[in-house]
Amino acid sequence: MAEVHDRPPEQFTLRMRRYDPESGGAPYWDEHTIELEPHRSVLEGILQARDRFDGSIGIRCSCRQAICGSCGIRVNGEPALACHTHLDAARRGSGEDGVIEIEPMGNMPVIKDLIVDMDAVHWKKIQRVTPWLLAKQPVPEREYIVSKESMVDVTQTMGCIQCGACVSDCLAMEVDPGFIGPAALAKAYRFVGDPRDDQQFERLNDLAQDPQGIFDCTHCFKCVEACPKDVNPMGQIMRLRRIAIGDHHIVDKNNGERHEAAFTGLIRDNGILWEAELIPRSYGGASWFGKFAPAAGKELLSSLPTAIRGLLRRKMTLAGILKPHKIPSPDLKAVQAIYDKVEGRSERYELNLYIVGEDETDTSLGDPVAVGVTHEPGGSEATPSSGAEVTDTPTDTREPREG
Amino acid sequence: MPEHDVLIIGAGLAGQRAALAAAEAGANVAIMSKVHPVRSHSVAAAGGINAAISVDDDWHSHAYDTVKGSDFLGDQDAIEVMCSEAPAEVMHLEHIGVTFHRNDKGEMDLRAFGGASMKRTAYVADITGQALLHVLYEQLMKHHETVARYEEWFTTSLLRDEEGRCAGAVARDVRTGRMEAFTAKNVILACGGAGQAYKPTTNGLIVTGDGIAMAYRAGAPLMDMEMVQYHPTCLVETGILITEGARGEGAHLLNANGERFMEKSAPNKMELASRDVVSRAEQIEINEGRGVGPDGAGIYLDVTVVPRKRTLEALREIVNLGKDFAGVDITREPIMIRPGQHYIMGGVKTDIEGRTPIEGLYAAGEVACVSVHGGNRLGANSLLDTLIFGRRSGEHAAARAASMPMPKADAHAQLREDSERLESIISRSRDGRRVSEIKNELGETMNRHAAVFRDEAGLQGALETIDRLKEETEKAWIDDHGTVFNQDVLGALELGYMVDCAQATLVGALERKESRGAQFRTDYPERNDAEWLKHIDISLDADGVPQVSYSPVTITQWQPEERKY
Repeated sequence: MAEVHDRPPEQFTLRMRRYDPESGGAPYWDEHTIELEPHRSVLEGILQARDRFDGSIGIRCSCRQAICGSCGIRVNGEPALACHTHLDAARRGSGEDGVIEIEPMGNMPVIKDLIVDMDAVHWKKIQRVTPWLLAKQPVPEREYIVSKESMVDVTQTMGCIQCGACVSDCLAMEVDPGFIGPAALAKAYRFVGDPRDDQQFERLNDLAQDPQGIFDCTHCFKCVEACPKDVNPMGQIMRLRRIAIGDHHIVDKNNGERHEAAFTGLIRDNGILWEAELIPRSYGGASWFGKFAPAAGKELLSSLPTAIRGLLRRKMTLAGILKPHKIPSPDLKAVQAIYDKVEGRSERYELNLYIVGEDETDTSLGDPVAVGVTHEPGGSEATPSSGAEVTDTPTDTREPREG
Repeated sequence: MPEHDVLIIGAGLAGQRAALAAAEAGANVAIMSKVHPVRSHSVAAAGGINAAISVDDDWHSHAYDTVKGSDFLGDQDAIEVMCSEAPAEVMHLEHIGVTFHRNDKGEMDLRAFGGASMKRTAYVADITGQALLHVLYEQLMKHHETVARYEEWFTTSLLRDEEGRCAGAVARDVRTGRMEAFTAKNVILACGGAGQAYKPTTNGLIVTGDGIAMAYRAGAPLMDMEMVQYHPTCLVETGILITEGARGEGAHLLNANGERFMEKSAPNKMELASRDVVSRAEQIEINEGRGVGPDGAGIYLDVTVVPRKRTLEALREIVNLGKDFAGVDITREPIMIRPGQHYIMGGVKTDIEGRTPIEGLYAAGEVACVSVHGGNRLGANSLLDTLIFGRRSGEHAAARAASMPMPKADAHAQLREDSERLESIISRSRDGRRVSEIKNELGETMNRHAAVFRDEAGLQGALETIDRLKEETEKAWIDDHGTVFNQDVLGALELGYMVDCAQATLVGALERKESRGAQFRTDYPERNDAEWLKHIDISLDADGVPQVSYSPVTITQWQPEERKY
């Protein structure tokens, strides 16, 4: 068993981004060669370098087992927990010279070496989402009676260790540093999805109306990839949107809700996205007059340079823009049938791939269905899903992280 | 100079619970921690928290199990307090947001745990400690206006006034290197155990006995320091913990012959006997050549007998740990484990209000010894200990603060002394050894001689080694000469703390000439109630030499009896 662990120690070279705030100098690269078994962690490598060669290497760390969340860094340019990244995997993910490149996380100011200022960014954002339970009253004498599924569900976001890896590489935050961001919004779901919380609507309305809230995410999946604990922050943000729109019918002033409606409406009507119609519809809905909404005009104007460049480079044609995009009628009917089926359900099905698995004897193996909690429209209580309970996807197919 | 009614040092579960309790009682509270609070090692507690909340359960049963688990060394008045207050505490945690796992009726689910006579452990998958810690931190964020937080401040010593009362602490802002004295009417130590004095250990790198050593140096007695728990299921290479919840869910322990060897030492409870019993049984298998793995130094933990879906749902974290840190899919094949240092039952001696013999100084959690764990702590009792005695300390300290003026201590003298001490470490020439070298030798020495099995010669030899390491620590040098995040110099201070804790452990282990709980002396293999049903207290004399004294074990309703599982 576990042959990988019988391999002898090997040499690994670590190239670390160092920064000494007291020197007045710029950051610099520092190389150390360490010797460890290949399956040991990058953190153990850094600590060996620190213990043997240079005790001044700065890194926060404690548990060594991916639970305290201290050692978020970048390995070969990607966010990771140092203790959760194998040396051999990191070397495979490195450049041609096989040197493992180690840097502090992004989107946060560097204090020293691999230590970043999480208070200035991460924790400030967490504090923004009212990160405590606003419990339903009256408080029961014993525990709140809530469904098993709902507690398992919010445990996914409870599983966030606040390491900052998702914040480090959030592309939306790079463009808009004020974006509340993946970790804090995942934290928000931990309360929105908690049936004991009394303020679901208020929380969602707050996060939907905030121009840097749930509609500021650009679905780039970076946070999903970065998260060492499978919290799936972007997935939680999408769930916040669906509950805000689907259950509470929150129409936000950022046009997030209408933009989503424009998307889904266009696909239903045409089977394929028609970009030229997207902005007008996002502002004015399906109505013809909506095209003249002042905000839509402004947005349209600001997209003009892109559109003109596209035309000039023959990425698109004028006719192509103005003529509705459509797919052949039988295909369109098939697309619309999907809409009818999904929207015809009395409950919205929430995909949550956190805790899934099967018993070896489970007969439902051939019928994979995502497990999760279902939300009754308008209701905040999570109820057990009917029928479908398990899927055949193992809980975690993750390989040791490639940097 | 900042002044507070209650200054809490350490921000794990005990510290945060103390802070919230003291703030609720109206005190001016500050909580200080050398790391951000959610990095505290409480985060790693996996399995759950014990409380007799089931309608079929009774706290007396929980208390008896705890007394028996302690090998009758636990103080029964303290155990009664802990177990009787447990259900209300767990309900309180549920009310403030802990996402406890539910049963099909929507009530809190309970799982089996070692040494317990029934299912009594409430849990959040296998991240219970993390869930508790993060929820308490949510509450600290909620009360940010009433609880001051000094995050990433390293405490260098306790302040005393002229009457010897504790009057605050001196600390260093890790981020800037600035030293500051904090005056406080009460100080609550809540900064955990000293697991890093061992190598390997399940404990995080920050668990370095700071509080135990600071109190000890200030004159507070330590109690039960010889009682060091080896957890039965740690990964062979790294010492990383596999939760007892695995056995709670039904996993088996197997030797090289595929036998469930626990039959021999605990025919009734089998794998769910108390930890000292299981760790000893494993060590015997290993010592007698029935271990598994290349050098026979391991035991198989077989989780494949647990239904896979249940494992994925309730033991998710260790599925990942197995994969990431041992390359094993525990749902498909057994994983190799062995006993590893996990917990220190001993600590700063306190009463049931968390008071140490030094007025104004409290201690709660692993840093303290009330003693509710005696010779051996039951799994899922540590989280409970931190919360119950954290809360009681916070409440008591707040009440005491209400009736007294702010103490006057010569804070500047202590501040100067500590600053100079740090400067002298930073400017040391490279004559001695590196801090990391000494730390390694310390850990290996303790793991060799103060582990599951002990004897006079080994302990005596280890004590001599520690004496030498103590001297070497005084001259140990570091590389970092900066002020911003100088973790190197803090590491040197931590090493000093750990050496003190290790010395106390060895003195206690040598003194106790019997086998009880986690202390198994091969030269005194029997429990000897006639002579040793008592606590060993260790204090430093004026010359810094450990002195041994004894204190009685409080027995209320359970007389010592033979311990069988």
